[in-house]
Amino acid sequence: MPTVLNIVSPMDALPPPKMEGVDVKVFYGAKQALFDVSLPVRNRSVTAMIGPSGCGKSTFLRCLNRMNDVILGARVEGAITLDGQNVYDKTVDVVQLRARVGMVFQKPNPFPKSIYDNVAYGPRIHGLSANKAELDGIVETSLKKAGLWKEVADRLDQPGTGLSGGQQQRLCIARAIAVSPEVILMDEPCSALDPIATAIIEELIDELRQNFTIAIVTHSMQQAARVSQYTAFFHLGYLVEYGETRQIFTNPKEARTQAYITGRFG
Amino acid sequence: MAATDTVSTDRTPPSRGFGATERIQRARRAEAAFVGLGIVVTSVGAVTLMALLGGLLSDGWARLTPEFFGNFPSRRATQAGILAAWVGSLLVVLVCAFVAVPVGVAAGVYLEEYARRNWITDVIEINVNNLAGVPSIVYGLLALGVLVYGLGLGQSVATAGLTLALLILPIVIVATRESVRAVPYSIREAAYGVGATKWQVTSHHVLPYASPGISTGVIIGLSRALGETAPLVMIGALSFIAFLPTPPVRDSFPYISFQWLLDPFTVMPIQMFNWVSRPDPAFQANAAAAGLVLLVMTLAMNGFAIWFRIRMRSKIKW
Ligand SMILES: Nc1ncnc2c1ncn2[C@@H]1O[C@H](COP(=O)(O)OP(=O)(O)OP(=O)(O)O)[C@@H](O)[C@H]1O
Ligand SMILES: [Mg+2]
Repeated sequence: MPTVLNIVSPMDALPPPKMEGVDVKVFYGAKQALFDVSLPVRNRSVTAMIGPSGCGKSTFLRCLNRMNDVILGARVEGAITLDGQNVYDKTVDVVQLRARVGMVFQKPNPFPKSIYDNVAYGPRIHGLSANKAELDGIVETSLKKAGLWKEVADRLDQPGTGLSGGQQQRLCIARAIAVSPEVILMDEPCSALDPIATAIIEELIDELRQNFTIAIVTHSMQQAARVSQYTAFFHLGYLVEYGETRQIFTNPKEARTQAYITGRFG
Repeated sequence: MAATDTVSTDRTPPSRGFGATERIQRARRAEAAFVGLGIVVTSVGAVTLMALLGGLLSDGWARLTPEFFGNFPSRRATQAGILAAWVGSLLVVLVCAFVAVPVGVAAGVYLEEYARRNWITDVIEINVNNLAGVPSIVYGLLALGVLVYGLGLGQSVATAGLTLALLILPIVIVATRESVRAVPYSIREAAYGVGATKWQVTSHHVLPYASPGISTGVIIGLSRALGETAPLVMIGALSFIAFLPTPPVRDSFPYISFQWLLDPFTVMPIQMFNWVSRPDPAFQANAAAAGLVLLVMTLAMNGFAIWFRIRMRSKIKW
């Protein structure tokens, strides 16, 4: 008993993990892309994944909503939990999982439909609204949360693909938000955007963490430092180091992390 | 040694001015030659079509009266018409579309989106591609054995429609596969990402976005079906029919009838061929007029395809 009471590590103050990878191994055919990755994604905070190209950041991210399922020959071992439940369990429906764990991709990929229909698509297929008015409401709040409402309110019937790259990416964020996910995964969401659009999205990510748990892959160390509270550094399929972003960037424990964040490789 | 060094390191290009060099002029001449050749070969096609149309018009224009469309064939050229033929063509193409479009599109989507890549799908793929090159008369032979005698469908509208459906199936399948493949993978990911099932991804996104391409393939196939003669001769289309198929509506229960499917038929190209092979020149005029009508039917179908494509494209904004 006393031992339990005595252990008051700084970790106790951290939010609990919303999702957690436990010894995750991923294979593409015979090639192993991830080796025993164990990593929490903490509730209502932003977890950044950094590392050189090909180190498995996207692979890990795509395990979290089982997006790898659609890739031929991809195989996942270990466990990924959402609220303690292994999402690779037989009882977990992958469609329901993806409604709870939404995703924003590297290149903005709006449907070739109207702005309204882009945002309304998820709520429609999941039957989240009883009538048109409710759906209108969901579309409006989602666009507002994505910081796009002011720019598109008067042209919701225009094609989503007619927006600028940054607007398209915010539309994709609105589309993801519209199904009220608990977690939002973002795979280099700003890599196709200019600095101004990037700044807008980064601000948005910071706001979104009030309501959502966010995992973001980024190539930009500055971005990771700016938007995230926790950072995971991957290298060659291994998780090298995980910790609070401040600690990773100011006082990394591993030499490889140090080398990467100071730009000596990657 | 020192001299070569200075030459190889001195990379400042000589002043070049703005005039075309000999090299550029040669490239320009090659381009002009290609453009000239292009105009010639393009006009060969256009001129041939115009000549054909002109010939048909001058021979057949006078025969294009309302009676021509409303009369059955007759021993007297001036009283002969294409009623049985155009109705037959329409019905046969209808049956053909009714079978080939759903089957072909479903097969194409299945092969592209659902089927695992293994040797069986490879064999199917090779087969489908080869089927597109099988001479149409061979389909006639197959239909004669399987449909006419095997299934006992006889020499009917149904047999003809099914035969032509088989014939154009590869065209529809290949067009579907190509259009489906052209839909970017990122769109599928986007839909999966908000929790769509595979079928929702396919039916809400892939198919609609592929539909302009699919419809083009379908119309090309149906135009081909409209003009096919050989396999229909093979299954025994009649060339002299003085009655229409049974009407699809009846005045007593159950009010609709599918008897017409089993009725004998003729189609436009066969009617044309029948007239052309007669010695009396008056029948040649009939053949020319029928040819015009067939041409217009094909063009109308293509026009519809273009309209449909534009309409769909305007809804899909990439
Ligand atoms: N579909 C696939 N099939 C086979 N191998 C793959 C596939 N996707 C990724 N890989 C391999 O898995 C490894 C990790 O890839 P991943 O995409 O996760 O890297 P990443 O860290 O996201 O890189 P980047 O920063 O370039 O996006 C790489 O070696 C890659 O070649
Ligand atoms: Mg990646």
